[in-house]
Amino acid sequence: MSAGGAGFGDLRPDFPLLAANPGLVYLDSAATSQKPRAVLDAIRSYYETANANPHRGAYKLSGAATDAYHDARARIAAFLGAADTDTLIFTRGTTESLNLLAAAWGHSHVHRGDRIVVTRLEHHANFVPWQQLARAVGAEFRICELDEAGHLDLGQLRALVTANTKVVAFGHVSNALGTVNDVRGIVKIAHAVGAVAFCDGAQGAPHLRVGFDALGVDAYAFSGHKMLGPMGIGGVIVRRKLLEAMPPYQFGGDMIEFVFDGDTTWNTLPHKFEAGTPNVEGAVGLAAAVRYLEELGMDAVRAHEVELSRYALLRLREIEGVVVQGPATAEQRSGVVSFTLGDIHPHDLSTMLDVDGVCVRAGHHCAQPLMRALKVTATVRASFYVYNTMADVDALAASLLKARERFGVHVG
Amino acid sequence: MSAELDELYQSIILDHNRRPRNFRTMDDASAHADGMNPLCGDQFTVWLKLDGDQISDVSFQGSGCAISKASASLMTAAVKGKTKAEVEQLFERFHGVVTGKHPEHAESLGSLKAFGGVSRFPLRVKCASLAWHAMHAALEQDGGGPGGPGGPGSPGSPAASKVSTE
Repeated sequence: MSAGGAGFGDLRPDFPLLAANPGLVYLDSAATSQKPRAVLDAIRSYYETANANPHRGAYKLSGAATDAYHDARARIAAFLGAADTDTLIFTRGTTESLNLLAAAWGHSHVHRGDRIVVTRLEHHANFVPWQQLARAVGAEFRICELDEAGHLDLGQLRALVTANTKVVAFGHVSNALGTVNDVRGIVKIAHAVGAVAFCDGAQGAPHLRVGFDALGVDAYAFSGHKMLGPMGIGGVIVRRKLLEAMPPYQFGGDMIEFVFDGDTTWNTLPHKFEAGTPNVEGAVGLAAAVRYLEELGMDAVRAHEVELSRYALLRLREIEGVVVQGPATAEQRSGVVSFTLGDIHPHDLSTMLDVDGVCVRAGHHCAQPLMRALKVTATVRASFYVYNTMADVDALAASLLKARERFGVHVG
Repeated sequence: MSAELDELYQSIILDHNRRPRNFRTMDDASAHADGMNPLCGDQFTVWLKLDGDQISDVSFQGSGCAISKASASLMTAAVKGKTKAEVEQLFERFHGVVTGKHPEHAESLGSLKAFGGVSRFPLRVKCASLAWHAMHAALEQDGGGPGGPGGPGSPGSPAASKVSTE
Protein backbone atom coordinates (compact mmCIF):
# COMPACT_ATOMS: atom_id res chain seq x y z
CA MET A 1 0.00 0.00 0.00
CA SER A 2 1.19 3.49 -0.71
CA ALA A 3 2.10 5.42 2.42
CA GLY A 4 0.23 8.50 1.35
CA GLY A 5 -3.23 7.10 0.74
CA ALA A 6 -5.43 8.87 -1.76
CA GLY A 7 -5.53 12.29 -3.31
CA PHE A 8 -2.87 14.25 -1.53
CA GLY A 9 0.51 13.11 -0.28
CA ASP A 10 1.67 12.36 3.23
CA LEU A 11 0.64 15.37 5.32
CA ARG A 12 2.36 14.29 8.54
CA PRO A 13 5.23 16.75 8.07
CA ASP A 14 2.66 19.59 8.32
CA PHE A 15 1.61 18.43 11.80
CA PRO A 16 4.33 19.07 14.40
CA LEU A 17 3.02 16.51 16.91
CA LEU A 18 2.86 13.76 14.29
CA ALA A 19 6.18 14.76 12.76
CA ALA A 20 7.84 14.54 16.18
CA ASN A 21 6.37 11.08 16.85
CA PRO A 22 6.91 8.95 13.75
CA GLY A 23 5.66 5.78 15.49
CA LEU A 24 2.36 7.33 16.55
CA VAL A 25 -0.74 6.02 14.78
CA TYR A 26 -3.36 8.62 15.67
CA LEU A 27 -6.83 7.20 15.03
CA ASP A 28 -8.91 9.40 17.34
CA SER A 29 -9.65 12.44 15.21
CA ALA A 30 -13.39 12.16 15.89
CA ALA A 31 -12.46 13.11 19.47
CA THR A 32 -10.05 15.84 18.45
CA SER A 33 -7.82 16.44 15.44
CA GLN A 34 -4.13 17.22 15.41
CA LYS A 35 -3.16 20.77 14.42
CA PRO A 36 -1.12 21.82 11.40
CA ARG A 37 1.79 24.21 11.83
CA ALA A 38 -0.21 26.84 9.92
CA VAL A 39 -2.75 27.00 12.76
CA LEU A 40 -0.11 27.26 15.48
CA ASP A 41 1.69 29.97 13.48
CA ALA A 42 -1.51 31.97 12.98
CA ILE A 43 -2.22 32.02 16.71
CA ARG A 44 1.33 33.07 17.52
CA SER A 45 1.28 35.74 14.82
CA TYR A 46 -1.99 37.16 16.15
CA TYR A 47 -0.47 37.67 19.60
CA GLU A 48 2.75 39.05 18.18
CA THR A 49 1.15 41.55 15.81
CA ALA A 50 -2.51 42.30 16.57
CA ASN A 51 -3.44 41.49 20.17
CA ALA A 52 -5.86 43.90 21.85
CA ASN A 53 -9.46 43.71 23.00
CA PRO A 54 -11.64 43.92 19.87
CA HIS A 55 -14.67 46.24 19.54
CA ARG A 56 -13.51 48.40 22.45
CA GLY A 57 -10.51 50.57 21.84
CA ALA A 58 -10.39 53.58 19.54
CA TYR A 59 -6.70 52.94 18.93
CA LYS A 60 -5.29 51.21 15.86
CA LEU A 61 -4.22 48.01 17.61
CA SER A 62 -7.76 47.35 18.83
CA GLY A 63 -8.87 47.89 15.25
CA ALA A 64 -6.39 45.23 14.11
CA ALA A 65 -7.80 42.75 16.63
CA THR A 66 -11.35 43.61 15.53
CA ASP A 67 -10.38 43.06 11.90
CA ALA A 68 -8.69 39.72 12.67
CA TYR A 69 -11.81 38.54 14.48
CA HIS A 70 -14.16 39.76 11.75
CA ASP A 71 -12.03 38.30 8.93
CA ALA A 72 -11.95 34.93 10.71
CA ARG A 73 -15.75 34.94 10.96
CA ALA A 74 -16.11 35.78 7.28
CA ARG A 75 -13.71 33.04 6.17
CA ILE A 76 -15.30 30.35 8.36
CA ALA A 77 -18.83 31.35 7.30
CA ALA A 78 -17.82 31.18 3.64
CA PHE A 79 -16.17 27.79 4.18
CA LEU A 80 -19.41 26.46 5.67
CA GLY A 81 -21.46 27.95 2.85
CA ALA A 82 -23.23 30.75 4.72
CA ALA A 83 -23.52 34.01 2.77
CA ASP A 84 -24.78 35.98 5.79
CA THR A 85 -21.53 36.20 7.79
CA ASP A 86 -23.11 37.81 10.84
CA THR A 87 -25.36 34.82 11.45
CA LEU A 88 -22.30 32.79 12.50
CA ILE A 89 -22.12 33.02 16.29
CA PHE A 90 -18.82 32.02 17.85
CA THR A 91 -19.03 29.75 20.89
CA ARG A 92 -16.68 27.42 22.77
CA GLY A 93 -17.74 24.58 20.49
CA THR A 94 -20.65 22.38 19.48
CA THR A 95 -21.73 21.67 23.05
CA GLU A 96 -22.12 25.35 23.87
CA SER A 97 -23.77 25.97 20.48
CA LEU A 98 -26.44 23.34 21.12
CA ASN A 99 -26.98 24.60 24.65
CA LEU A 100 -27.38 28.11 23.22
CA LEU A 101 -30.11 26.86 20.88
CA ALA A 102 -31.90 24.89 23.59
CA ALA A 103 -31.68 27.75 26.09
CA ALA A 104 -32.29 30.85 23.96
CA TRP A 105 -34.48 29.51 21.16
CA GLY A 106 -35.93 26.57 23.08
CA HIS A 107 -37.14 28.35 26.18
CA SER A 108 -38.77 31.09 24.12
CA HIS A 109 -40.39 28.84 21.51
CA VAL A 110 -41.19 25.45 23.07
CA HIS A 111 -44.12 25.22 25.46
CA ARG A 112 -46.16 22.67 27.37
CA GLY A 113 -47.70 20.13 25.02
CA ASP A 114 -45.26 20.84 22.19
CA ARG A 115 -43.02 18.10 20.91
CA ILE A 116 -39.23 17.83 20.54
CA VAL A 117 -37.80 15.08 18.32
CA VAL A 118 -34.21 13.84 18.44
CA THR A 119 -32.61 10.64 17.13
CA ARG A 120 -31.08 7.49 18.57
CA LEU A 121 -27.71 8.45 17.04
CA GLU A 122 -27.21 11.64 19.02
CA HIS A 123 -24.17 12.55 21.07
CA HIS A 124 -25.16 13.46 24.63
CA ALA A 125 -24.58 17.13 23.70
CA ASN A 126 -27.49 17.00 21.24
CA PHE A 127 -29.65 14.80 23.43
CA VAL A 128 -29.49 16.02 27.02
CA PRO A 129 -30.15 19.76 26.34
CA TRP A 130 -33.37 18.85 24.50
CA GLN A 131 -34.39 16.21 27.04
CA GLN A 132 -33.92 18.75 29.83
CA LEU A 133 -35.76 21.48 27.90
CA ALA A 134 -38.68 19.08 27.45
CA ARG A 135 -38.69 18.32 31.18
CA ALA A 136 -38.48 22.00 32.10
CA VAL A 137 -41.36 23.22 29.95
CA GLY A 138 -43.49 20.06 29.93
CA ALA A 139 -42.97 19.23 26.26
CA GLU A 140 -42.96 15.73 24.76
CA PHE A 141 -39.54 14.25 23.99
CA ARG A 142 -39.41 11.65 21.22
CA ILE A 143 -36.53 9.62 19.81
CA CYS A 144 -36.36 8.43 16.20
CA GLU A 145 -34.93 4.89 16.06
CA LEU A 146 -32.62 3.21 13.56
CA ASP A 147 -33.70 0.74 10.91
CA GLU A 148 -32.22 -2.75 10.44
CA ALA A 149 -29.34 -1.37 8.39
CA GLY A 150 -28.37 1.09 11.13
CA HIS A 151 -29.71 4.20 9.40
CA LEU A 152 -32.26 6.61 10.80
CA ASP A 153 -35.74 5.30 10.05
CA LEU A 154 -37.15 8.27 8.12
CA GLY A 155 -40.53 6.55 7.89
CA GLN A 156 -40.70 6.56 11.67
CA LEU A 157 -39.40 10.13 11.78
CA ARG A 158 -42.25 11.21 9.49
CA ALA A 159 -44.72 9.66 11.92
CA LEU A 160 -43.03 11.18 14.99
CA VAL A 161 -42.90 14.70 13.59
CA THR A 162 -46.48 15.69 14.29
CA ALA A 163 -48.15 19.10 13.95
CA ASN A 164 -47.18 20.05 17.52
CA THR A 165 -43.48 19.38 16.84
CA LYS A 166 -41.39 22.51 17.26
CA VAL A 167 -37.87 21.20 16.65
CA VAL A 168 -36.09 18.23 15.12
CA ALA A 169 -32.51 18.03 16.45
CA PHE A 170 -30.18 15.61 14.68
CA GLY A 171 -26.56 15.02 13.85
CA HIS A 172 -25.05 15.43 10.38
CA VAL A 173 -22.74 12.48 11.06
CA SER A 174 -22.86 10.06 14.00
CA ASN A 175 -19.77 10.36 16.18
CA ALA A 176 -20.16 6.80 17.42
CA LEU A 177 -20.85 4.98 14.15
CA GLY A 178 -19.86 7.41 11.40
CA THR A 179 -23.31 7.21 9.79
CA VAL A 180 -23.87 10.11 7.37
CA ASN A 181 -27.49 11.18 7.70
CA ASP A 182 -29.84 12.34 4.95
CA VAL A 183 -29.94 15.98 6.08
CA ARG A 184 -32.19 17.20 3.28
CA GLY A 185 -34.66 14.37 3.91
CA ILE A 186 -34.82 15.20 7.61
CA VAL A 187 -35.18 18.96 6.96
CA LYS A 188 -38.07 18.27 4.59
CA ILE A 189 -39.91 16.25 7.25
CA ALA A 190 -39.37 18.97 9.88
CA HIS A 191 -40.36 21.85 7.63
CA ALA A 192 -43.50 20.04 6.44
CA VAL A 193 -45.05 20.69 9.87
CA GLY A 194 -43.38 24.06 10.43
CA ALA A 195 -40.77 22.72 12.88
CA VAL A 196 -37.18 23.96 12.80
CA ALA A 197 -34.36 21.56 11.91
CA PHE A 198 -31.21 21.99 14.02
CA CYS A 199 -28.13 20.08 12.95
CA ASP A 200 -25.19 18.99 15.13
CA GLY A 201 -22.32 19.32 12.67
CA ALA A 202 -19.45 18.42 15.03
CA GLN A 203 -18.63 15.38 12.88
CA GLY A 204 -19.88 16.89 9.61
CA ALA A 205 -17.99 20.16 9.21
CA PRO A 206 -14.51 18.57 9.46
CA HIS A 207 -15.20 15.95 6.80
CA LEU A 208 -17.93 17.03 4.38
CA ARG A 209 -18.73 20.05 2.27
CA VAL A 210 -21.47 21.62 4.40
CA GLY A 211 -23.07 24.27 2.14
CA PHE A 212 -25.24 25.78 4.91
CA ASP A 213 -27.45 27.92 2.66
CA ALA A 214 -28.25 25.02 0.32
CA LEU A 215 -28.61 22.43 3.06
CA GLY A 216 -31.84 23.95 4.35
CA VAL A 217 -31.18 23.45 8.07
CA ASP A 218 -32.16 26.26 10.42
CA ALA A 219 -29.00 25.97 12.53
CA TYR A 220 -25.69 24.17 12.15
CA ALA A 221 -23.33 23.75 15.12
CA PHE A 222 -19.64 22.89 14.86
CA SER A 223 -16.38 22.62 16.82
CA GLY A 224 -13.06 24.04 15.70
CA HIS A 225 -10.84 21.47 17.40
CA LYS A 226 -12.24 18.58 15.38
CA MET A 227 -11.39 20.36 12.10
CA LEU A 228 -7.68 21.13 12.66
CA GLY A 229 -8.41 24.26 14.71
CA PRO A 230 -7.68 24.99 18.37
CA MET A 231 -9.79 23.85 21.32
CA GLY A 232 -12.24 26.31 22.85
CA ILE A 233 -13.61 27.78 19.62
CA GLY A 234 -16.57 26.70 17.52
CA GLY A 235 -19.86 28.16 16.55
CA VAL A 236 -23.35 27.91 15.26
CA ILE A 237 -24.85 29.34 12.09
CA VAL A 238 -28.51 30.20 12.53
CA ARG A 239 -31.10 31.59 10.13
CA ARG A 240 -31.23 35.36 10.66
CA LYS A 241 -34.94 35.50 11.39
CA LEU A 242 -34.52 32.94 14.18
CA LEU A 243 -31.61 34.83 15.72
CA GLU A 244 -33.60 38.05 15.65
CA ALA A 245 -36.55 36.38 17.36
CA MET A 246 -34.39 34.78 20.08
CA PRO A 247 -33.52 36.42 23.38
CA PRO A 248 -29.79 36.64 24.21
CA TYR A 249 -28.06 33.56 25.60
CA GLN A 250 -25.72 35.36 27.99
CA PHE A 251 -25.46 38.93 29.22
CA GLY A 252 -22.44 41.16 29.59
CA GLY A 253 -20.10 43.33 27.62
CA ASP A 254 -20.27 43.58 23.81
CA MET A 255 -23.80 42.21 23.53
CA ILE A 256 -25.60 45.34 24.72
CA GLU A 257 -26.68 48.49 22.92
CA PHE A 258 -27.90 50.74 25.73
CA VAL A 259 -28.04 49.82 29.38
CA PHE A 260 -30.54 51.82 31.44
CA ASP A 261 -31.19 51.47 35.14
CA GLY A 262 -34.26 49.35 34.57
CA ASP A 263 -33.77 47.75 31.16
CA THR A 264 -31.29 47.03 28.37
CA THR A 265 -31.40 46.91 24.58
CA TRP A 266 -29.34 44.45 22.55
CA ASN A 267 -26.51 44.91 20.09
CA THR A 268 -26.89 43.77 16.49
CA LEU A 269 -25.91 40.32 15.17
CA PRO A 270 -23.62 38.57 15.79
CA HIS A 271 -22.71 40.54 18.95
CA LYS A 272 -26.10 40.00 20.60
CA PHE A 273 -25.06 36.38 21.20
CA GLU A 274 -21.41 36.93 22.09
CA ALA A 275 -21.17 38.35 25.59
CA GLY A 276 -17.75 39.20 26.99
CA THR A 277 -14.30 39.36 25.44
CA PRO A 278 -14.30 36.96 22.49
CA ASN A 279 -11.83 34.16 21.77
CA VAL A 280 -9.97 35.98 18.99
CA GLU A 281 -7.00 33.61 19.17
CA GLY A 282 -9.35 30.68 18.62
CA ALA A 283 -11.17 32.34 15.74
CA VAL A 284 -7.89 33.24 14.02
CA GLY A 285 -6.59 29.70 14.53
CA LEU A 286 -9.79 28.18 13.18
CA ALA A 287 -9.67 30.46 10.14
CA ALA A 288 -6.15 29.15 9.43
CA ALA A 289 -7.45 25.60 9.77
CA VAL A 290 -10.23 26.37 7.30
CA ARG A 291 -7.69 27.80 4.87
CA TYR A 292 -5.65 24.59 5.18
CA LEU A 293 -8.76 22.47 4.47
CA GLU A 294 -9.71 24.70 1.52
CA GLU A 295 -6.28 24.19 0.01
CA LEU A 296 -6.71 20.42 0.27
CA GLY A 297 -10.27 20.71 -1.04
CA MET A 298 -13.17 19.20 0.87
CA ASP A 299 -13.99 16.81 -2.00
CA ALA A 300 -10.45 15.44 -1.78
CA VAL A 301 -10.74 15.21 2.02
CA ARG A 302 -13.94 13.21 1.64
CA ALA A 303 -12.41 10.93 -1.03
CA HIS A 304 -9.37 10.30 1.18
CA GLU A 305 -11.54 9.29 4.14
CA VAL A 306 -13.80 7.05 2.07
CA GLU A 307 -10.73 5.25 0.78
CA LEU A 308 -9.32 4.81 4.29
CA SER A 309 -12.68 3.60 5.63
CA ARG A 310 -13.10 1.17 2.76
CA TYR A 311 -9.64 -0.28 3.42
CA ALA A 312 -10.25 -0.38 7.18
CA LEU A 313 -13.57 -2.21 6.74
CA LEU A 314 -11.79 -4.71 4.49
CA ARG A 315 -8.90 -5.31 6.89
CA LEU A 316 -11.08 -5.48 10.02
CA ARG A 317 -13.53 -7.92 8.49
CA GLU A 318 -10.62 -10.27 7.74
CA ILE A 319 -10.04 -10.63 11.49
CA GLU A 320 -12.12 -13.41 13.00
CA GLY A 321 -14.28 -12.11 15.84
CA VAL A 322 -14.44 -8.49 14.70
CA VAL A 323 -17.98 -7.09 14.59
CA VAL A 324 -18.23 -3.70 12.86
CA GLN A 325 -21.12 -1.46 13.95
CA GLY A 326 -22.88 0.98 11.67
CA PRO A 327 -23.39 1.27 7.92
CA ALA A 328 -22.16 -1.51 5.64
CA THR A 329 -20.19 0.57 3.17
CA ALA A 330 -17.56 3.30 3.39
CA GLU A 331 -19.70 5.61 1.23
CA GLN A 332 -22.45 5.61 3.87
CA ARG A 333 -20.10 6.71 6.66
CA SER A 334 -17.50 9.34 7.40
CA GLY A 335 -14.01 8.25 8.45
CA VAL A 336 -15.25 6.42 11.53
CA VAL A 337 -15.16 2.66 12.14
CA SER A 338 -16.62 1.41 15.41
CA PHE A 339 -16.18 -2.26 16.33
CA THR A 340 -15.71 -4.96 18.93
CA LEU A 341 -13.39 -7.97 18.87
CA GLY A 342 -14.93 -11.12 20.32
CA ASP A 343 -15.54 -10.66 24.02
CA ILE A 344 -12.40 -8.61 24.61
CA HIS A 345 -13.44 -5.49 26.47
CA PRO A 346 -12.77 -2.32 24.42
CA HIS A 347 -10.64 -0.84 27.22
CA ASP A 348 -8.34 -3.85 27.22
CA LEU A 349 -8.10 -3.59 23.43
CA SER A 350 -7.34 0.11 23.69
CA THR A 351 -4.52 -0.52 26.18
CA MET A 352 -3.01 -3.23 23.99
CA LEU A 353 -3.20 -1.04 20.87
CA ASP A 354 -1.68 1.87 22.80
CA VAL A 355 1.43 -0.17 23.55
CA ASP A 356 1.88 -0.39 19.76
CA GLY A 357 1.41 3.37 19.43
CA VAL A 358 -2.14 3.05 18.06
CA CYS A 359 -4.50 5.64 19.63
CA VAL A 360 -8.19 4.71 19.48
CA ARG A 361 -11.20 5.65 21.55
CA ALA A 362 -12.81 2.97 23.70
CA GLY A 363 -16.08 3.49 25.51
CA HIS A 364 -19.63 4.66 24.97
CA HIS A 365 -18.60 7.66 22.86
CA CYS A 366 -20.94 9.99 24.76
CA ALA A 367 -23.85 8.11 23.21
CA GLN A 368 -25.26 5.91 25.97
CA PRO A 369 -28.81 5.80 24.54
CA LEU A 370 -27.34 4.48 21.25
CA MET A 371 -25.09 1.93 22.97
CA ARG A 372 -28.07 0.54 24.89
CA ALA A 373 -30.05 0.18 21.67
CA LEU A 374 -27.12 -1.63 20.00
CA LYS A 375 -26.86 -3.84 23.12
CA VAL A 376 -23.16 -3.14 23.61
CA THR A 377 -21.61 -1.48 26.66
CA ALA A 378 -18.73 -0.05 24.70
CA THR A 379 -16.93 -0.23 21.37
CA VAL A 380 -13.52 0.60 20.00
CA ARG A 381 -13.63 3.49 17.55
CA ALA A 382 -10.96 4.22 14.97
CA SER A 383 -11.45 7.55 13.21
CA PHE A 384 -9.48 8.97 10.32
CA TYR A 385 -8.53 12.39 9.04
CA VAL A 386 -6.41 14.03 6.41
CA TYR A 387 -3.05 12.96 7.89
CA ASN A 388 -3.91 9.26 8.19
CA THR A 389 -2.58 6.75 5.70
CA MET A 390 -3.15 3.17 4.60
CA ALA A 391 -0.12 2.28 6.74
CA ASP A 392 -2.07 3.48 9.81
CA VAL A 393 -4.86 1.01 8.96
CA ASP A 394 -2.27 -1.75 8.56
CA ALA A 395 -0.82 -0.90 11.99
CA LEU A 396 -4.32 -1.09 13.53
CA ALA A 397 -4.99 -4.49 11.96
CA ALA A 398 -1.59 -5.87 13.00
CA SER A 399 -2.06 -4.70 16.58
CA LEU A 400 -5.58 -6.18 16.74
CA LEU A 401 -4.21 -9.56 15.64
CA LYS A 402 -1.66 -9.45 18.46
CA ALA A 403 -4.37 -8.56 20.99
CA ARG A 404 -6.48 -11.43 19.72
CA GLU A 405 -3.58 -13.83 20.20
CA ARG A 406 -2.98 -12.59 23.76
CA PHE A 407 -6.59 -12.84 24.93
CA GLY A 408 -7.87 -15.61 22.70
CA VAL A 409 -11.22 -14.88 21.13
CA HIS A 410 -14.50 -16.28 22.32
CA VAL A 411 -17.22 -15.35 19.87
CA GLY A 412 -20.85 -15.29 20.92
CA MET B 1 4.99 -9.68 22.63
CA SER B 2 5.39 -6.63 24.79
CA ALA B 3 6.87 -7.22 28.24
CA GLU B 4 4.72 -4.55 29.90
CA LEU B 5 1.58 -6.17 28.48
CA ASP B 6 2.81 -9.58 29.69
CA GLU B 7 3.05 -8.07 33.15
CA LEU B 8 -0.37 -6.37 32.94
CA TYR B 9 -2.28 -9.30 31.54
CA GLN B 10 -0.77 -12.13 33.58
CA SER B 11 -2.35 -15.53 33.12
CA ILE B 12 -4.05 -15.40 36.53
CA ILE B 13 -5.76 -12.15 35.47
CA LEU B 14 -6.87 -13.54 32.13
CA ASP B 15 -8.15 -16.64 33.93
CA HIS B 16 -10.19 -14.67 36.50
CA ASN B 17 -11.55 -12.48 33.69
CA ARG B 18 -12.66 -15.54 31.78
CA ARG B 19 -13.92 -17.49 34.82
CA PRO B 20 -14.68 -15.01 37.60
CA ARG B 21 -14.99 -16.56 41.08
CA ASN B 22 -17.81 -15.72 43.51
CA PHE B 23 -19.67 -14.25 40.55
CA ARG B 24 -23.21 -14.32 41.86
CA THR B 25 -25.79 -12.25 43.68
CA MET B 26 -26.40 -12.76 47.40
CA ASP B 27 -29.92 -12.69 48.82
CA ASP B 28 -28.99 -12.63 52.50
CA ALA B 29 -26.13 -10.15 52.35
CA SER B 30 -25.38 -7.84 55.27
CA ALA B 31 -24.48 -5.04 52.87
CA HIS B 32 -23.81 -4.35 49.24
CA ALA B 33 -22.49 -1.47 47.18
CA ASP B 34 -22.26 -0.53 43.52
CA GLY B 35 -19.03 0.64 41.97
CA MET B 36 -19.19 2.34 38.64
CA ASN B 37 -16.96 4.25 36.30
CA PRO B 38 -19.27 6.53 34.30
CA LEU B 39 -16.54 7.32 31.80
CA CYS B 40 -16.18 3.76 30.57
CA GLY B 41 -19.42 2.16 31.71
CA ASP B 42 -17.79 -0.41 34.02
CA GLN B 43 -20.27 -1.41 36.69
CA PHE B 44 -20.02 -3.90 39.55
CA THR B 45 -22.02 -4.74 42.63
CA VAL B 46 -20.26 -6.25 45.64
CA TRP B 47 -22.19 -8.15 48.33
CA LEU B 48 -20.85 -9.22 51.68
CA LYS B 49 -22.03 -11.13 54.69
CA LEU B 50 -20.58 -10.41 58.10
CA ASP B 51 -20.23 -12.74 61.01
CA GLY B 52 -19.47 -10.27 63.77
CA ASP B 53 -16.49 -8.38 62.49
CA GLN B 54 -15.50 -11.08 60.03
CA ILE B 55 -16.46 -11.38 56.37
CA SER B 56 -18.02 -14.81 56.12
CA ASP B 57 -19.10 -14.55 52.47
CA VAL B 58 -18.56 -12.17 49.59
CA SER B 59 -19.69 -12.08 45.97
CA PHE B 60 -19.92 -9.74 43.01
CA GLN B 61 -21.61 -9.24 39.66
CA GLY B 62 -21.39 -6.78 36.83
CA SER B 63 -19.45 -6.01 33.72
CA GLY B 64 -16.20 -4.36 32.88
CA CYS B 65 -12.78 -4.83 31.38
CA ALA B 66 -10.45 -7.72 32.18
CA ILE B 67 -8.57 -5.72 34.80
CA SER B 68 -11.67 -4.60 36.70
CA LYS B 69 -13.36 -7.99 36.53
CA ALA B 70 -10.28 -10.01 37.51
CA SER B 71 -9.60 -7.54 40.31
CA ALA B 72 -13.12 -7.99 41.66
CA SER B 73 -12.82 -11.77 41.42
CA LEU B 74 -9.42 -11.97 43.13
CA MET B 75 -10.58 -9.48 45.75
CA THR B 76 -13.50 -11.71 46.75
CA ALA B 77 -11.13 -14.63 47.17
CA ALA B 78 -8.68 -12.54 49.19
CA VAL B 79 -11.08 -10.94 51.69
CA LYS B 80 -13.14 -13.96 52.68
CA GLY B 81 -12.50 -14.76 56.35
CA LYS B 82 -10.80 -11.46 57.05
CA THR B 83 -11.92 -8.81 59.51
CA LYS B 84 -12.99 -5.36 58.39
CA ALA B 85 -9.75 -3.84 59.62
CA GLU B 86 -7.71 -6.46 57.76
CA VAL B 87 -9.62 -5.76 54.54
CA GLU B 88 -9.11 -2.01 54.81
CA GLN B 89 -5.42 -2.55 55.41
CA LEU B 90 -5.21 -4.91 52.42
CA PHE B 91 -6.94 -2.31 50.21
CA GLU B 92 -4.43 0.29 51.32
CA ARG B 93 -1.48 -1.94 50.42
CA PHE B 94 -3.13 -3.00 47.14
CA HIS B 95 -3.69 0.65 46.23
CA GLY B 96 -0.05 1.45 47.01
CA VAL B 97 1.06 -1.30 44.64
CA VAL B 98 -1.26 -0.55 41.68
CA THR B 99 -0.47 3.16 41.81
CA GLY B 100 3.23 2.39 42.00
CA LYS B 101 3.60 4.41 45.22
CA HIS B 102 4.51 1.41 47.37
CA PRO B 103 5.81 -1.41 45.16
CA GLU B 104 7.49 -2.89 48.23
CA HIS B 105 4.09 -4.09 49.49
CA ALA B 106 3.61 -6.37 46.48
CA GLU B 107 5.07 -9.46 48.13
CA SER B 108 2.62 -9.20 51.03
CA LEU B 109 -0.41 -9.25 48.71
CA GLY B 110 -0.50 -12.96 47.86
CA SER B 111 -2.14 -13.58 44.48
CA LEU B 112 -3.18 -9.91 44.35
CA LYS B 113 0.41 -9.06 43.53
CA ALA B 114 -0.48 -9.98 39.93
CA PHE B 115 -1.86 -6.42 39.67
CA GLY B 116 1.60 -4.90 40.12
CA GLY B 117 1.77 -4.50 36.32
CA VAL B 118 -1.07 -1.97 36.49
CA SER B 119 1.32 0.64 37.89
CA ARG B 120 2.87 0.94 34.41
CA PHE B 121 -0.57 1.92 33.05
CA PRO B 122 -1.81 4.88 35.15
CA LEU B 123 -5.04 5.07 33.11
CA ARG B 124 -5.97 1.59 34.32
CA VAL B 125 -5.55 2.15 38.08
CA LYS B 126 -9.25 2.99 38.36
CA CYS B 127 -10.13 -0.33 36.71
CA ALA B 128 -8.08 -2.28 39.26
CA SER B 129 -9.49 -0.30 42.22
CA LEU B 130 -13.16 -0.17 41.25
CA ALA B 131 -14.37 -3.27 43.11
CA TRP B 132 -12.25 -2.33 46.13
CA HIS B 133 -13.95 1.06 46.37
CA ALA B 134 -17.31 -0.73 46.30
CA MET B 135 -16.10 -3.12 49.01
CA HIS B 136 -14.96 -0.18 51.10
CA ALA B 137 -18.36 1.51 50.68
CA ALA B 138 -20.18 -1.68 51.66
CA LEU B 139 -18.06 -2.02 54.80
CA GLU B 140 -18.74 1.60 55.74
CA GLN B 141 -22.44 1.02 55.29
CA ASP B 142 -22.41 -1.94 57.60
CA GLY B 143 -21.92 -0.65 61.08
CA GLY B 144 -19.20 1.78 60.19
CA GLY B 145 -21.53 4.38 58.75
CA PRO B 146 -24.00 6.71 60.39
CA GLY B 147 -26.58 3.92 60.56
CA GLY B 148 -24.54 2.04 63.13
CA PRO B 149 -24.78 -1.65 64.01
CA GLY B 150 -28.24 -3.08 63.72
CA GLY B 151 -29.27 -0.14 61.52
CA PRO B 152 -29.24 -0.42 57.78
CA GLY B 153 -26.86 -3.36 57.98
CA SER B 154 -29.23 -5.73 59.71
CA PRO B 155 -30.31 -8.84 57.76
CA GLY B 156 -33.37 -8.35 55.66
CA SER B 157 -32.59 -4.73 54.95
CA PRO B 158 -29.12 -4.83 53.49
CA ALA B 159 -27.38 -1.52 53.37
CA ALA B 160 -26.63 -0.20 49.93
CA SER B 161 -24.44 2.53 48.66
CA LYS B 162 -22.93 3.69 45.43
CA VAL B 163 -19.44 4.81 44.63
CA SER B 164 -18.08 6.04 41.37
CA THR B 165 -14.57 6.63 40.19
CA GLU B 166 -13.92 9.11 37.44
